[in-house]
Amino acid sequence: MSDLHVDLLGKRLAGPVIAASGTFGYGEEYADMFDLKVLGGVCSKGLTLNGKYGNEGERLFETSAGLINSIGLQNPGVGHFIAEELPRMLTLGTAVFANLGGGSVEDYEEGARLLDATAVDFIELNISCPNVKQGGIAYGIRPDSAKEVVGRVRAATKKPLVVKLSPQAEDIPRMAAACVEAGADALSLVNTFQACAIDIERRRPVFNNIFAGLSGPAVKPIALRMVWQAVGAVDVPVIGLGGITTGADALEFIMAGAAAVQVGTASFMDPRACGRITAEIGAWMDRHGVKDLSEIRGCARA
Amino acid sequence: MPATACEVRVLAHTTVAPNIRLLAVTWPRADKAPHAGQFFMLRCWPDTAAPLLSRPVSAHSWDAATGTLEFLYEVRGQGTRHLSALEPGDILLLTGPSGNGFDAAAAAAAGRVAVVGGGIGTAPLYQLVRELAAAGKKPDLYTGFRDEPYGIGRFSPLCGRVHVATDSGKVGYHGLVTGILHPEEYDLVLCCGPEPMMKAVAAKCEAAGVKCLVSLEKKMACGVGACLGCTCHTAEGPKSVCKHGPVFDAKEVFGR
Repeated sequence: MSDLHVDLLGKRLAGPVIAASGTFGYGEEYADMFDLKVLGGVCSKGLTLNGKYGNEGERLFETSAGLINSIGLQNPGVGHFIAEELPRMLTLGTAVFANLGGGSVEDYEEGARLLDATAVDFIELNISCPNVKQGGIAYGIRPDSAKEVVGRVRAATKKPLVVKLSPQAEDIPRMAAACVEAGADALSLVNTFQACAIDIERRRPVFNNIFAGLSGPAVKPIALRMVWQAVGAVDVPVIGLGGITTGADALEFIMAGAAAVQVGTASFMDPRACGRITAEIGAWMDRHGVKDLSEIRGCARA
Repeated sequence: MPATACEVRVLAHTTVAPNIRLLAVTWPRADKAPHAGQFFMLRCWPDTAAPLLSRPVSAHSWDAATGTLEFLYEVRGQGTRHLSALEPGDILLLTGPSGNGFDAAAAAAAGRVAVVGGGIGTAPLYQLVRELAAAGKKPDLYTGFRDEPYGIGRFSPLCGRVHVATDSGKVGYHGLVTGILHPEEYDLVLCCGPEPMMKAVAAKCEAAGVKCLVSLEKKMACGVGACLGCTCHTAEGPKSVCKHGPVFDAKEVFGR
């Protein structure tokens, strides 16, 4: 039997598949779908210091092999999360990644300080939400602005800090290096791709914000390229995500050097996707006599 | 009760009216029995095929004795076209039951009850009148259709008066269902149909001071309260149609 565990920043994750932020609620919605203990962890919905109602108008639009969303960081706020959702999340039997989204640098700092005092396993710093002007994307495009916010959050918390990158970053290797230089313990990428859709009957953009975030199988090859670049640019663990739908997809990211992967949109096709993908990775390892993921991690780069 | 997901087998699949299909499956999870107004996410096509998302469809009837779950749905787009090709013995993925649904016990205790449906919005109301009947309540039924009514025959034995309105005037009252509904005759109105129709019914109820519950429809990705794609803005802040709804007090969701 293959060993699927992943050691990440001093924590032992049961498996390489983490449920991506914004696609898995706070985990409990999926507790009766499959055994969540096989997961590497669950990322919370993107949290902001103060709660947000999210965006008005259309929030979902399907494309070929993709989904465009414009949720707009709807969340109850960090304080509410700590008081209400986190205690239940901590009983899921898997690692908890608190995904911290933006506002001002001060909001990020204060959010990180509040989360630092809790039992969350990781903070995933979201500098990449494309759906709100203050969602962090402003920090996710240029390395120098990313460095500032990552540095300030780093100083506010001793939690393992994963910085989630945007595919809109103007240069992935430079962005990855800048975040690590500023104190990121690990990186996760990519968030959604800025995209657009037009309702030809109304002759108007589908989304009130005109642009929104594309995810799903359509983005996987580009996400994989970006993960490859990030792995080549830094010496810290890189968590790969973007359109992963099968065990084979996940293995591509791991062979590109990803320490672990996140699965998001696939959970909307089948709520058991994270469990199935984990099992498919295990089955592939068994077929190929691979005992531990470290035997194949980054092997495609050799 | 959190939803679950499992593969189920098609028992029967028939055409009730043009583009209206009745799908019966075996739901093996008696511990996750649906009630009126709840729904499931249905999928019978591969992850690699369009559309990307599963499709939410309300439970039309649930028979606990046989484990038979029925869906009455309208073939509208890509997803429902895939569903319409299902044949007895085929397998599909169901995620659910989701949502709050109607509280039939509370409704049965409410006094005089009217059940109001528009078009395919009548689908979840059949399980509702079944549950009301089980609780000893025969509601009056009001239905509106564009042209030819469908599916009402099953309601009749479980309802008091049955009223039909059609846009075309082909059957029953010529006009909208709001033309024949007099909310002041009731203590509670339960409604499911197109949003403009529900808004009109809710407005009449509000004017008469009668409580009106409506079942909303929204595009959904997860169907279980995780993605926040189906948020509606209510008097009490944002709520998920899939989790906190789809049944809401009309005042809460149409108030603003």
